[in-house]
Amino acid sequence: MNEMSEDQVKSIPRKKQIRIALRNCGVIDPERIEEYIEKDGYFSLGRILTELSPEETIRIVKESGLRGRGGAGFPTGLKWEFALKNKSDQKYVVCNADEGDPGAFMDRSILEGDPHSVLEAMAICGYAIGADTGYIYIRAEYPLAIERLKTAITQAREYGFLGKAIFGTKFNFDIFLKYGAGAFVCGEETALIHSMEGRRGEPSLKPPFPAESGYLGKPTNVNNVETFANIPVIFQKGPEWFRGIGTDKSKGTKVFALAGKVNNVGLIEVPMGTTIREVIFEIGGGIREGKKFKAVQTGGPSGGCLTEKHLDTPIDYENLIACGSMMGSGGMIVMDEDDCMVSVARFFLDFTVEESCGKCAPCRIGNKRLYELLDRICKGKGEMEDLDRLKNLSIVIKDTSLCGLGQSSPNPVLSTMDNFYDEYISHVVDKKCPSGVCRDLLEYFIVEENCVGCTACARACPVGAISGERKEPHVINPEICIKCGACMEKCKFDAVILR
Amino acid sequence: MPRIKSFDELKTYREKLLESGRPVSSDRDADVPVIVKIAMATCSLAAGAGKIMQFMTEELEKRGIDASIVGTGCMGYCYAEPTIEVTLPGQEPVVFGYVDMKKADHIIERYIKQGEVVDGVIPVNYKKVEEL
Repeated sequence: MNEMSEDQVKSIPRKKQIRIALRNCGVIDPERIEEYIEKDGYFSLGRILTELSPEETIRIVKESGLRGRGGAGFPTGLKWEFALKNKSDQKYVVCNADEGDPGAFMDRSILEGDPHSVLEAMAICGYAIGADTGYIYIRAEYPLAIERLKTAITQAREYGFLGKAIFGTKFNFDIFLKYGAGAFVCGEETALIHSMEGRRGEPSLKPPFPAESGYLGKPTNVNNVETFANIPVIFQKGPEWFRGIGTDKSKGTKVFALAGKVNNVGLIEVPMGTTIREVIFEIGGGIREGKKFKAVQTGGPSGGCLTEKHLDTPIDYENLIACGSMMGSGGMIVMDEDDCMVSVARFFLDFTVEESCGKCAPCRIGNKRLYELLDRICKGKGEMEDLDRLKNLSIVIKDTSLCGLGQSSPNPVLSTMDNFYDEYISHVVDKKCPSGVCRDLLEYFIVEENCVGCTACARACPVGAISGERKEPHVINPEICIKCGACMEKCKFDAVILR
Repeated sequence: MPRIKSFDELKTYREKLLESGRPVSSDRDADVPVIVKIAMATCSLAAGAGKIMQFMTEELEKRGIDASIVGTGCMGYCYAEPTIEVTLPGQEPVVFGYVDMKKADHIIERYIKQGEVVDGVIPVNYKKVEEL
């Protein structure tokens, strides 16, 4: 990694970002509760328990306009209200920390950098809906986050922020960890609850919603890590303040894990309504090596790709859906001119096929067939009819799958077909990969002018595909060539190219 | 370890923590002039933050600099990990990226000891909750 040049440093704009969920990340020592307290930690909980009723608490969350940051964007206050209204002797608060999108690390960073903010928010939620127990469902692949959460929970108990008679009131609340084995589908709330119960991580039909019948059949409120991290601030600064940030229907900020071919890969938090251009070209510092921007995938394997024409779209829940993608949990993978959109779609489908739980047929069988079609196209064996099949099958899977995983898994296919149909055509009709990614559609070729006839390539070729006299230009026979690339590696004169 | 039994007790406790006049209490030893924060999230550690933490801890002591060293979560500048933030007395915090042993040594000798500008400064590009 090179150091930034002066120009690059100047190109980073000041203060496009606002840190609310990440307010303490990188600022305080996450292993010391005192530092969290100094940053007004547990003040919201203290004030709520001594001054507000559960109904008033929920009213404030509703007024703030906060919506679920896990992806779907359901209004948080409304979710809490459902859980409050369902009467039961026992209710649960669950924090969904099963972050599984490839390239996403928002939740991990929050839990590692500011675990107490999530604990405080869960206790607030417990008071609001009438629960005395909370669980954090976290994947076991996050050992450091787990370690810091354990430390934080122990400290919170010692200080009396968790346990019996919190702040001298009648409110009791405690939090425990549940480990997940890292299955993507367990980010879906019903599958998550089944996994917590020790059953298979498979989703079930809603209704009943978890707010009615969740963990062990009791009313359960499930929120994402980032959603919780916003809660204490809303009570410190007031719902009007929070509502003042963002767009008409999407309030506050969103954390994104900016990854892929941008200069400044990083964890960012921007107000809703920031444009994709601002995120990629200002905060992200533009595309690496001065290459051309091609697309950005938001929403992970469930989302879609956005292109040049979407760059000035303000980011919020509705706009991203209108563009054929979705907010998702906040992964943002930037692609440049060297990325092949057909193989990008195949990559995400490969992930979905691996992660499908197999309970419903459209997702289990349909996605596998989608993958096979894409694989065929990438290998130059696709036909025009395959493109129609891709589209039809995608729509069927979306319409008939049981849970969010299957309902959204064809999105990468549909959005790449919408935006990059010409690339599909090149693969199918011309049998060419315009970006030079799909190996089967490329051939190794010796540029005559560069070849000095050293014979190094011919000696390296394991199948004897290269012929030619010493000191004369050599030739590769594409019929025999197995595309291993050994010749290219050996050539000292850049005579072997892929085309 | 205090057990907080009421909201008022929490307020009093916070007041006491803040008496040092420092922004956060890892800077708690009132007379420590230099604060060095090192991002220690999974990603930072993978980039080598653990070694920088060890180096800073040992070297600052060896070189007789009274500093408070704090491990924090992710600072957000993944492209420039490991990152550290140095606060000199009476000055705004400065974030340095791409810190390796050489750079760390440079930061101690040039920036911390003499207050000279060192390459690799990352400008703060976000607003804090307190600023809004």
